Amino acid sequence: MQGLEVRGLRKSFGGLTVAQEIDFDLPPGARKALIGPNGAGKTTFANLVTGKLKPSGGSIRFDGSDIGSLGESERVKRGIAKTFQITTLFRTMTVRENIRLPILERQGRGGRMFGGAAADRATEAEIDALLDQFALLPLADKPIHLLAYGQQRLVELALTLALRPRVLILDEPAAGVPSSESHLILQAIERLPAELAVLIIEHDMDLVFRIARSIVVLVNGRILTEGTPDEISRDPMVRQLYLGEAHV
Amino acid sequence: MSVQEIPLTTIRTRIRGVPLMPEAVMLALAVIAYFLFPYDLALLTRIMVMMLFVLSLDLVLGYAGIATLGHAALYGTGAYAAGLFAVHVSADPVTGLVVGAAAGAALALVSGLLLMRAHGLTLLMLSIAVTLICQEIANKARDLTGGADGLRGIRMEPVLGLFKFDFVGRTGFWYALAVLCVCYAVLKVVTLSPIGLSVRGIKDSAARMVAIGSPVYRRLVTIYTIGGAVAGVAGALAAQVTQLVSLEVYAFNLSAEALIMLILGGAGRLHGAIIGTLIFMVVHHIAASVDPFNWLFIIGALVLGIVFFVPAGMLGIPAALRNLTGRNGDARP
Amino acid sequence: MSLILNIAVDGIAYGMILFMISIGLSVTMGLMRVINLAHGAFALLGGAAAHALIARAGLSFMAAALLAIMATMAIAFLLERLVYRRIYGLGELQQVLATIGITFIFIALVNRLLGSSLLAIPLPDFLQQSVDLGFRVLPAHRLAVILAGAVVIAGLYLTIERSRFGTRLRAAVDNRSIASALGINIDAVFAATFCLGAGLAALGGILGAELLPIDAYYPLRYMVLFLIVVSVGGMGSITGSFMAALALGILETASRYLIPDFGTIVFFAAVMAVLAIRPRGLLGKA
Repeated sequence: MQGLEVRGLRKSFGGLTVAQEIDFDLPPGARKALIGPNGAGKTTFANLVTGKLKPSGGSIRFDGSDIGSLGESERVKRGIAKTFQITTLFRTMTVRENIRLPILERQGRGGRMFGGAAADRATEAEIDALLDQFALLPLADKPIHLLAYGQQRLVELALTLALRPRVLILDEPAAGVPSSESHLILQAIERLPAELAVLIIEHDMDLVFRIARSIVVLVNGRILTEGTPDEISRDPMVRQLYLGEAHV
Repeated sequence: MSVQEIPLTTIRTRIRGVPLMPEAVMLALAVIAYFLFPYDLALLTRIMVMMLFVLSLDLVLGYAGIATLGHAALYGTGAYAAGLFAVHVSADPVTGLVVGAAAGAALALVSGLLLMRAHGLTLLMLSIAVTLICQEIANKARDLTGGADGLRGIRMEPVLGLFKFDFVGRTGFWYALAVLCVCYAVLKVVTLSPIGLSVRGIKDSAARMVAIGSPVYRRLVTIYTIGGAVAGVAGALAAQVTQLVSLEVYAFNLSAEALIMLILGGAGRLHGAIIGTLIFMVVHHIAASVDPFNWLFIIGALVLGIVFFVPAGMLGIPAALRNLTGRNGDARP
Repeated sequence: MSLILNIAVDGIAYGMILFMISIGLSVTMGLMRVINLAHGAFALLGGAAAHALIARAGLSFMAAALLAIMATMAIAFLLERLVYRRIYGLGELQQVLATIGITFIFIALVNRLLGSSLLAIPLPDFLQQSVDLGFRVLPAHRLAVILAGAVVIAGLYLTIERSRFGTRLRAAVDNRSIASALGINIDAVFAATFCLGAGLAALGGILGAELLPIDAYYPLRYMVLFLIVVSVGGMGSITGSFMAALALGILETASRYLIPDFGTIVFFAAVMAVLAIRPRGLLGKA
């Protein structure tokens, strides 16, 4: 099968089980959202998929081959990329350099010891195109710390897309972004390549309902239900979960 | 004041616009120093050896963020390798430098496989432990290294078969300057290359580097090995021009002082290493001739001053001043 | 048999000295996440002050030791208020540099006041005797050191496990932000810990002068030794520091008796092996 295929995934820390028997598919072109209350295990699940955490059991397959034993950077090479919940950029560098690094790694040139890092015309043109797509081109030569937070989130997204991933996991892409800038994030996500498989982890239900064509609800490390936005918004269990929470 | 500032900044940007401007200025100053201080060539040569050593630390620490207090291990091993090579195999200086580079790189590679897995205090301790083990081996292998008496009997042949080492140190000066320039150029290429950008990325955020698929550990070992080669050349150069290698090449103070020189000038930029070393060595030369313990007091105070007031080093002073005047300007209505 | 006993007594005494000097360093490093290379200066201050008070002012050993420890704690208090407070927030490298700078300044000051030669601390008569245990005769000094170490450990255990201060300290080491949110005054806890650690270092410096001779360069010469105890034991762990200090003390003593030519190499190779397997030390927090 094409895309990501997770079966019976389990993870426990000592006696605490944070993911149990998760079955999950993410075919090319998917727009899925993962929602659930705090501590439901959403980020844990993402980290299991990217390889940052080692699962206690179950399998993760990508395009039919088992990637469960691969390390984090090897899975990136296969095409699985994730944005960070807390913006993690190269803070002493310019925006352009931030995008150049993942491109060099993708091209397998990141370890070269000679030839300027900025010497390749095609690479520089690709950086320009990518920055232009996010309306960041005028800021290309500014150091990261001079950018507004919403702009930094865009750089975070551009940096991850520079890897040309086939599966993109967005971990709360709008977290901490002031509402005046959140439309930028939404627009950027809407314009993602159609064939890219996207999984978005998000608290902002507005954003989830505008982007996702399918929603997975995770509670206590277990999948409660999965369905279209319509089905989920009508699901009594989900309503109780969210409304119940809201009334506490 | 603001009238003056406009031409100043435009001049500055114009200078920056010229490629390799700082390098050209530094080279010119070195040549001028040769003619201004004909009786201090030995000191000038020692300063250049130290510059080379601090440059190698800049690559490892300034660029890649590897916090080590054991850089002397690489320097000392280069020095002993070149010294032993000169005594037992061949007294050709350039071959000796290659041997020193190889020894420094080999130790960096082997120890780096362990060191680059560690961080923080553990990394500091391990790097010091490597140095102390090297020192103890050199101390115990008395038959080979001369132990605490030092390795003597190093006699160098003329450089490239043409330039004899003379008493006044003229050949030594030009030889050291040439080696310094070549190594500087190599480091410039490496720092501008993809791996240079890559290790800066690791310094900024190792987690992000992993997340973009970078083999972080391998990159760090590679850059540490390159740094080891350059430090080895510095040690070899010292052995050749002073014709002596003592256990002091592994001294903790050497690692610590190199670190101070680097931070003094400004880490993460090659000319920062050069400027910091120059200032430190000149102040040292003046103060230490008076009283070595007063000198310790001076460096101690100097270090605290840098850390608290100019954390970016001498290269950061213009920016710090600009901030200061800018803030004053804002304060005025 | 007597060799093993000698190694054990000397090694344990040596380990106790290492423990007394290093424990304050371990706790403060664990508490404030600060890399402090200057801690040996407190052992030097204690030793140098004791030397001056005995040799130049003619005080008795006990009185001199007590005064020297108090003086060291007073200096540590001022240093913490005026200098260390500004170091906590800095980056790792800046902390390394700043504390090297402090070490250099102390070396220069002690040298200015007392010179660069050995600063002997004459032991009182009762510590110079030998003690007959029936089956063996042992130097009283070693036994006194071991006894003092045992008292320090018992005292620390009671302070940490049983007192209000200990509860606060444990909470602060465990999780600073939670402890702070619970209303624990982290600043005060740290200042107290810093002074206590400096006092213990001074005690270790004075009692250990037979094994680690005092002179102006002391903090630099033994810096690595004290930091190794901390990193092998695990930052912030008292039990870890104790185990590390004893193990390193016995290892160093044993290798000096048994393989004098390779003692140092064996010692550092062992340290590297431990740190390679357990990068956070024996009992360090993961």
